[in-house]
Amino acid sequence: MTTRAFQKIYTKIDNITKATVTLRAQGVGNDELATVGGKLAQVVKIMGENVTLQVFAGTEGIATDSEVIFHGEPPKLRVSDNLAGRFFNAYGEPLEGGEMIEGEAREIGGPTVNPFRRLQPSELIATGIAGIDLNNTIVTGQKIPFFADPDQPYNAVMANVALRAKADKIILGGMGLTNDDFLYFKSVFENAGALDRIVSFVNTTENPPVERLLVPDMALTAAEYFAVDKGEKVLVLLTDMTLYADALAIVSNRMDQIPSKDSMPGSLYSDLAKIYEKAVQLPNGGSITIIAVTTLSGGDITHAIPDNTGYITEGQLFLRNDSDTGKVIVDPFRSLSRLKQLVIGKKTREDHPQVMNACVRLYADAANAKTKLENGFDLSDYDERCLKFAHDYSEKLLAINVNIGITEMLDTAWTLFGKYFSKEEVAIKAELIKKYWKAA
Amino acid sequence: MKTTGRVNGIISNIVIVKTDGAVGQNEICYVYTGDTKMMAEVIKVIGENAYVQVFDSTRGLKIGDKVEFEGHMLEATLAPGLLSRNYDGLQNDLEKMDGLFIARGSITDPLDFNKEWDFTPLAKAGDKVSAASWLGEVKEQWVMHKIMVPFVMTDNYVVKSVAKAGKYKVTDTIAVITDGEGKDHDITMVQKWPVKQAIRCYTEKPRPARVLETGVRPIDTFNPMAEGGTGFIPGPFGAGKTVLQHAISKQAEADVIIIVACGERANEVVEIFKEFPELIDPRTGHKLMERTIIICNTSNMPVAAREASVYTGMTIGEYYRSMGLKVLVMADSTSRWAQALREMSNRLEELPGQDAFPMDLSAIISNFYARAGLVKLYNGESGSVTFLGTVSPAGGNLKEPVTESTKKAARCFYALSQGRADSKRYPAIDPLESYSKYLEYPEIREYLDEHVEKNWVDLVLQGKTIVQRGKEANDQINILGDDGVPVEYHERFWKSELLDFVILQQDAFDEIDANCPMERQKMMYKRVLEICNMDFGFADFEECSQFFKGLINLFRQMNYTVYQSEEFENYRKQIDEYVSEKLK
Repeated sequence: MTTRAFQKIYTKIDNITKATVTLRAQGVGNDELATVGGKLAQVVKIMGENVTLQVFAGTEGIATDSEVIFHGEPPKLRVSDNLAGRFFNAYGEPLEGGEMIEGEAREIGGPTVNPFRRLQPSELIATGIAGIDLNNTIVTGQKIPFFADPDQPYNAVMANVALRAKADKIILGGMGLTNDDFLYFKSVFENAGALDRIVSFVNTTENPPVERLLVPDMALTAAEYFAVDKGEKVLVLLTDMTLYADALAIVSNRMDQIPSKDSMPGSLYSDLAKIYEKAVQLPNGGSITIIAVTTLSGGDITHAIPDNTGYITEGQLFLRNDSDTGKVIVDPFRSLSRLKQLVIGKKTREDHPQVMNACVRLYADAANAKTKLENGFDLSDYDERCLKFAHDYSEKLLAINVNIGITEMLDTAWTLFGKYFSKEEVAIKAELIKKYWKAA
Repeated sequence: MKTTGRVNGIISNIVIVKTDGAVGQNEICYVYTGDTKMMAEVIKVIGENAYVQVFDSTRGLKIGDKVEFEGHMLEATLAPGLLSRNYDGLQNDLEKMDGLFIARGSITDPLDFNKEWDFTPLAKAGDKVSAASWLGEVKEQWVMHKIMVPFVMTDNYVVKSVAKAGKYKVTDTIAVITDGEGKDHDITMVQKWPVKQAIRCYTEKPRPARVLETGVRPIDTFNPMAEGGTGFIPGPFGAGKTVLQHAISKQAEADVIIIVACGERANEVVEIFKEFPELIDPRTGHKLMERTIIICNTSNMPVAAREASVYTGMTIGEYYRSMGLKVLVMADSTSRWAQALREMSNRLEELPGQDAFPMDLSAIISNFYARAGLVKLYNGESGSVTFLGTVSPAGGNLKEPVTESTKKAARCFYALSQGRADSKRYPAIDPLESYSKYLEYPEIREYLDEHVEKNWVDLVLQGKTIVQRGKEANDQINILGDDGVPVEYHERFWKSELLDFVILQQDAFDEIDANCPMERQKMMYKRVLEICNMDFGFADFEECSQFFKGLINLFRQMNYTVYQSEEFENYRKQIDEYVSEKLK
């Protein structure tokens, strides 16, 4: 962060809290950045002469006579093609030292795309994971989170999805990543030889939590550069949005705001929406797709963070450990992609919607059969076949380690239908049965 | 002289302005930062400090920046040419904005001021007129748009002259009227009205007496919506609120539809932008977009404008109502509006009510719902605004302040249930939780007696009892097991399933099933009731379930066929045979 020589330096701070300082200053703009005792801070409130600053790294060690220098501008990111392949911290400074990026400095957290200028998302993103491609197809311009418990391998799945998706750029926004996870992402991207299409903004658990608040805006400003200026397909990964929301709660608490549900700030919905709504399909062919992670506590989706997220995003994906096969699967019941209707059977083979529904229905019948079994009732022949089908369906399609194309997924499903069921039991439109049925 | 002021404090989008003169509560002002001019509204005044909420981002705003007060409240511009436009919450035309992004301080005209309209006079010199009297009309799309004496003119007037039939721009004078003191007033086709005030230019607001058909069976048959009535749809995410609202907006029998997308997803609005200009209204043969106005303030647009958007939509609705039209206003979702109120209240450091919502939330919501209604106009005609809002309850819990306050204000309650959504029973309107108070109105009973069938409401109540008893039977079956209960319990359960699958479920994505006219609903419903009243005397529960599964399948196939087509009649016959076979 450079400062200009003629800037006035203030050395009298009136109030210090854990996250904020207040001092008397003139000519300060709202949202402007400043340096307080060498730490980066942002103006959050101005009352007459009294300016309150939120110090990202916390106020430990700041004294009432620490130097305060105002930068005269809001947080910015220098954008250029040289962003690709680099790792940055929450302020947009290169992590491995290295040179600062040259390029146009853009304000982060900029304006909204006019809804009238948006296009309807219509291009599917293939990930090779049937729990996504077959059951919950993701489309460019969509925003969708993984709702996962902290012990689930969501980061690994997300890294996989990112690498398989044919995106021009992948932007990783890491908030409160453990150092191990950060190194994992780094090595996965490196090993895949994909570093040149990846830009990362990372705040690890070693960094102050309030810094996280900058990460999504940094990542999305970079994403907008590639999508809007370059017409590229950009995939943004945000992990973990729960930790982001926690940071929001910390700041609002320090500013004496009245908390609403689950101690979250009353503006949580708008704060999250501002990030997720950056997902867009642009008329120039470029797009921003957001795949995020919201960790749950004990699978509780009524908590304010997943609840508000669910109302903003276009569906959600749940991971689950399937005890029958011992594999992690994308839960076919609770997961939902709201935009799949725009592509399935249109951009994919005609039988996609019906096959998808039939699979899920039969899988539900298997779940019922399982309950029957657990309650000590006898199983019918149909129940038995459903259970066998469920095992194969889980192993050959739902498991996240399977990596096949959508047409192959559909063929696999037909093979399973033919193996375990009669045509009537599958109950798919007659013309499709005629075309695709595979006798065992 | 306009009052001016200087910025004296900034907390997010609340700005404290030190003023040099008089300011009014809810007055509009403009805050200047650099070359940009941002709209704001006064929400509190303390001494010489006015607290204003800025409808934009306050980034970079400084102490001492200039503010100009406008002397009026937030107004909607009302004139021919509103239909089929796409506005933001402050009535800026989104289509007219340049560039991909909405730049700060983007202000665009809500109307096309150059377009010429074919004007026909309705009043003549010497006529006595007052606010909302019709002076003439122009044809807007296929609606006869009345040019009225502006609502703000509260005196009694005499028409001095009216323009001859011909082509005029909205700003041309089309009439001159004289007030009691002999002063002349020029009337154009444009008028303005403060959005937060109800337009009350009518003689009375009678109780709703007609049903507004939506083509959605669980609404029309089970819990009908009244023309000029109010209703709301609460539901957890994924329960199908938006799909249901879109279905109603496509099919409802209204002259004008106003859709307020309030704090929701942009991609959903894009869907309306894309679909409505293509879809045809089956009743009139015109494009749906021609009768639709979209007010769009998506979740990432400024919060304060989100609050304004529902008022803007309602005001435009009331304007068209004054022309004797049937208007349907829909807001998705009113929870986002309430959240905007909460954010404001929070920044003003008001003492919070439940869940940090403002204390007067309930009053604000009921005031707003009260603006809907059927009205008798001064000239004896009637017009209506029907309002339907969605509510997004936090965590799907209906015991939260927005749902509870709305429940007190709205007369129809369409509860979407997670359970029904999970088992893909769409629309997920819970048949037992939901209600329509209008079924209790003698006026509505009479209307249904006349337009559907004598004692129709009794038939509806019969159906509700079947569903209730089916649920009770099912609970017993689940506790005691299939064999543990008499076979009558199974019959009761399956009869309720029949009603559920055939009447309460409807495929919104099927071209034919999506829209079910009342005549067809009546026919299907009566047939189902007939069967429910039959005594089949099944030998065991397996025979019972087998029979009803087969029956449900036939009825569902019938739902997918064109009404009274050969195929339809074929299924009808098959059902008759299937049932009489069993009765033998």
